[in-house]
Amino acid sequence: MIPVSWYLYLGAGLFTIGTIGVLTRRNVIIILMSIELILNAVNINLVAFSQMFHSVDGQVFAIFVITDAAAEAAVGLGLIIALFRNKETVNADEIDLLKW
Amino acid sequence: MSWLSLPQITFLALSAMALVSGVLVITRRNAIHSVICLIVTLFSVAGIFLLTHAEFLFAVQIILYVGGIMVLFLFVIMLVNLDVAAKQAQFSSHWLVAVLTAGALTAELAYGIYLGRQEFKPSTPPAFILPINNTRGIAVGLFQTYTLPLEIASLLLLVAMVGAVVMAKRKFE
Repeated sequence: MIPVSWYLYLGAGLFTIGTIGVLTRRNVIIILMSIELILNAVNINLVAFSQMFHSVDGQVFAIFVITDAAAEAAVGLGLIIALFRNKETVNADEIDLLKW
Repeated sequence: MSWLSLPQITFLALSAMALVSGVLVITRRNAIHSVICLIVTLFSVAGIFLLTHAEFLFAVQIILYVGGIMVLFLFVIMLVNLDVAAKQAQFSSHWLVAVLTAGALTAELAYGIYLGRQEFKPSTPPAFILPINNTRGIAVGLFQTYTLPLEIASLLLLVAMVGAVVMAKRKFE
């Protein structure tokens, strides 16, 4: 029997890696990938609690999270393509049109 | 200390794989390598889903994430020229602050989980136990209990699809 806390530690670890990726990387595509890591950490927690409470609801919510991830990846990558067409860059700190 | 059981060893191996390849995702210079490491992470997470008897999610994870989203990432990496970005600095200048903040957050999370670890015990199986047929249970959950969220999710997917097409179009007319 695997303790539920192990899943939570793993979720926390993946969440941290994703957060560090979002905060430190300059490449927008890798920032999007870090967001996928964060969403996976959430899914691990949801599934672990679904197992702990003997209920399937957590897994249903994990499916909704995966749906969100797919929608977010589609829109995000579309944005990156539009951005690259206009500015020829994928660096997050060079995208400063709204800054002054 | 007692010996670890086989599921525990499997879990530890899978989570070590997920964490190591997760670190590789955010440190690689080449975005293609990042995608491949992310695929390894996603497979490890899928294995962990299998360990928790979430077989349907295991299949969804592999088909949708690895087969769908990651291929989308690879296509975009092909469409976008990353040669310039690969030669520049990979991390922003405030990376130390970011790492320290995220580390503090994790320490807090880990401490909280450590304090509450006795509470995270699997409850005694109640009247409605996890269905033997995991897929059937999820179908009942999706189409009976959570019908409205399901419809909203489908609407979200439609909006995202239209949004992606509009965004990636060559010219606004």
